[in-house]
Amino acid sequence: MTPRMRLLLGLTMVVGLAALVLPLWEVRLGAPQYPEGLGLQIFAHTVAGIKEHDLQNINGLNHYIGMQEIRPDAIPELKFMPWIIVGLLVAGAAVAWRGSRRALLIWLVVFALLGAVGLWDFWRWEYDYGHNLDMDKAIIIVPGMTYQPPLIGSKQLLNFTATAWPGFGALALGVPFLAGVVVLLRSRRRGGEAT
Amino acid sequence: MAVQRWFGQAALATLALGAVACSAPSPSRLVTGDAASRTYVPPGEHDEYYSFMSGGYSGNVTVYGLPSGRLLKTIPVFSQFPENGYGYSEETKPMLETSYGFLPWDDTHHPQLSQTDGMPDGRWLFINGNNTPRVARIDLTTFETDEIIEIPHSAGGHASPFVTPNSEYLVSAVRFSLPVPNKDVPIETYKQNFKGSLSFVTANKPGEMDIAFQILMPGYNYDLGRAGKAKSEGWFFFTTYNTEQAYTLLELNASKNDKDYIAAVNWKVAEKCVADGKAKVAPARYMHNTMDHGSRSATSETKTSVKMLVPADCPGVLYFLPTPKSPHGVDVDPTGEYIVGGGKLASVIPVHSFTKMLAAIEAKDFENELDGIPVLRYESVIAGEVERPGLGPLHTEFDGKGNAYTTMFISSEVVKWKLGTWEVLDRMPVYYSVGHLMIPGGDGVTPWGKYLVAMNKITKDRYLPTGAELTHSAQLIDISGEKMEMLLDFPTQGEPHYAQALPASMIKDKQVKFFSLADNTHPWATKSEAEATVERRGKAVHVKAIAVRSHFAPDVIEGVEVGDTVYWHVTSIEQDWDIVHGFAVLGMRTAEIIIAPGETRTIKFVPQEPGVYPFYCTDFCSALHQEMQGYLRVSAPGSGVKLTAGLSERSATQQARAARTVPPSAAAPVAPAGGKGGR
Repeated sequence: MTPRMRLLLGLTMVVGLAALVLPLWEVRLGAPQYPEGLGLQIFAHTVAGIKEHDLQNINGLNHYIGMQEIRPDAIPELKFMPWIIVGLLVAGAAVAWRGSRRALLIWLVVFALLGAVGLWDFWRWEYDYGHNLDMDKAIIIVPGMTYQPPLIGSKQLLNFTATAWPGFGALALGVPFLAGVVVLLRSRRRGGEAT
Repeated sequence: MAVQRWFGQAALATLALGAVACSAPSPSRLVTGDAASRTYVPPGEHDEYYSFMSGGYSGNVTVYGLPSGRLLKTIPVFSQFPENGYGYSEETKPMLETSYGFLPWDDTHHPQLSQTDGMPDGRWLFINGNNTPRVARIDLTTFETDEIIEIPHSAGGHASPFVTPNSEYLVSAVRFSLPVPNKDVPIETYKQNFKGSLSFVTANKPGEMDIAFQILMPGYNYDLGRAGKAKSEGWFFFTTYNTEQAYTLLELNASKNDKDYIAAVNWKVAEKCVADGKAKVAPARYMHNTMDHGSRSATSETKTSVKMLVPADCPGVLYFLPTPKSPHGVDVDPTGEYIVGGGKLASVIPVHSFTKMLAAIEAKDFENELDGIPVLRYESVIAGEVERPGLGPLHTEFDGKGNAYTTMFISSEVVKWKLGTWEVLDRMPVYYSVGHLMIPGGDGVTPWGKYLVAMNKITKDRYLPTGAELTHSAQLIDISGEKMEMLLDFPTQGEPHYAQALPASMIKDKQVKFFSLADNTHPWATKSEAEATVERRGKAVHVKAIAVRSHFAPDVIEGVEVGDTVYWHVTSIEQDWDIVHGFAVLGMRTAEIIIAPGETRTIKFVPQEPGVYPFYCTDFCSALHQEMQGYLRVSAPGSGVKLTAGLSERSATQQARAARTVPPSAAAPVAPAGGKGGR
């Protein structure tokens, strides 16, 4: 790793910090009577409506199908996710400082694993909300219907089309990861020529 | 209607005599081939203009889109409106308070948009109540009546509420002169005892409308008014009729004089005289009603005096311009130079020159003086006369391209003529008996001169017949070209005397979608389901209820007795766009309330007999709207049934759910679900 690569890799960790304030994921809901749309933004530390009262309105609608209320303070992941992100970025900065290819490889693998676990956890969370319905309290019961929103892409849930995409926070987090991959590949080639 | 009939008969008589100035209407030229496409607004698309029409004897304002002519909303102003509970709910009843007591009705005539620099600015719409003179301000972000002020010493507030170019003032002049202050006198003492008044009302301070001053006038009838603008800014012009001072059979006795007057008021001079203490403080009693935006509740305040200026005490404040035959409209062209009188019985349209008027005042070229008011010479102030314009000229507006458009009530047409040359350029027959016309911005300094709306009093065979009482109509005319083109004809509500319009883009993005529950300061607001309760205060039972899709909480209430008065304060805890709930109880002697998201509305209910009284949501709010209901149990006096606000199984769930979302400190006082009455 050249000093310039190390510096650039270190700087991408700063870019990654944007993931603490920008939404990691967005779920948008559209229906005939919601031309203006409803939506949720999943941040590292909370879940919020895209518009001021979207979360309240989504919870209001969800009560008809017996869905649990989405309450950010009841989701434990949101309490430690910011720390995981900070830890990952600090470790990345340390890797850039040391300039060790081996450390970089380990860092990338851990990063990828944590990312995969995070997505799996989000999917599991969506599965729980979509399947774990309270049928005693449900008002509208469509036999066999579940309401799991998509992890990515679009899905029809009764009258709503739910569309999920990574948010700018996830993209910001992708920057140091991709930079790490590039540095790993380039330093291997140069290392090979040198020896 | 009597006046209309008289005119109608006069028109027929004149037609029979063959003395009509215009050619007979030829239906073939009325509608051009592509008129339909030019007024068609496809589903889901928006109109180009909002137009605000008075509802006349409905007491409302109606809002139509142009060019489609689609009715968008009825805004209740001076009349109770059972459709949404305006004037019935405890929060809105004070808006209809007057010095005569609670008045559930009035007669709206002239919508007037607030202006900045001589053009509509999209802040407010003003409208007058003609019968018991009042002026209202409607907020154009909520399309709701926000403020009403009563005009003292006044009856028939017809010349109202026209505004100055920066909405410093709006005016209200009396149709009926009266004893000032009003007292018991023989009516035959009209000439000695009856006086008119012109009121100037502060218009550009929301919530603080006030009678800045009144000018005491000779006992004539005052008909319409318009502010000077551009070069004549600082002046106000009013038409007078009945300068004969008749008090009986006016159709004959008030039509004798060859000329009546246009009163030219220099309101800047009036302002100065008032500031210099030349106005007397006259006792008066009138009400000022305002809507508080936090609680969305109105309050009434009684005022007890007014500043009254006598023209003789304030030289230069007022001049009379002789104008033929009981002029109705007085309209000022966009440059402020021409003052057009609508001499409804005259054979010409007289146009006064502001420049010549100033010169005549400077030269003291007066014919005589009436009650200290100099009368100018007709010949000295007249700029020109439009000859053979048609019959019964009433109102004129302008396109900003040097043309004027005047309605002819008797010959039932709109006549286009040129300012300066006074030649008639075009005629458009309208059906039938047109009153006002409106060009968007047509009373301003730079009219949006694309459309003209003619407002007709009689429709007879124009639509499918609907019994003896028929709709009035509006006709949309394209005035962008040299010749007027008829585009559309649509029925209207009540009697739209006048209208105003502005481009939709000026206000459509400023519309309130719902009211913030967090900002609701209503004393009986219930901000979460967990706070829903009932409370007894002597013989009054207050129900603090919430409405949310699709239930009320509480929805089972017991312990009310005959003799109690139930105040049902329903708060919609929704915070979503276009989700409203309604509320009504069996046997209530009032109208429903419609509750917008985040607001609290109160129904007063006095049960007369023991029994069970169901209540329900009246606005189809959701798929489970038909389930949105509850029961009130009313017992005989002294029966000892404990006051409880029970919750059905489903709303108990909701209450538990709501309780989870509030912080523990706020949730602490909540009694267990299933009953928490007896407080």
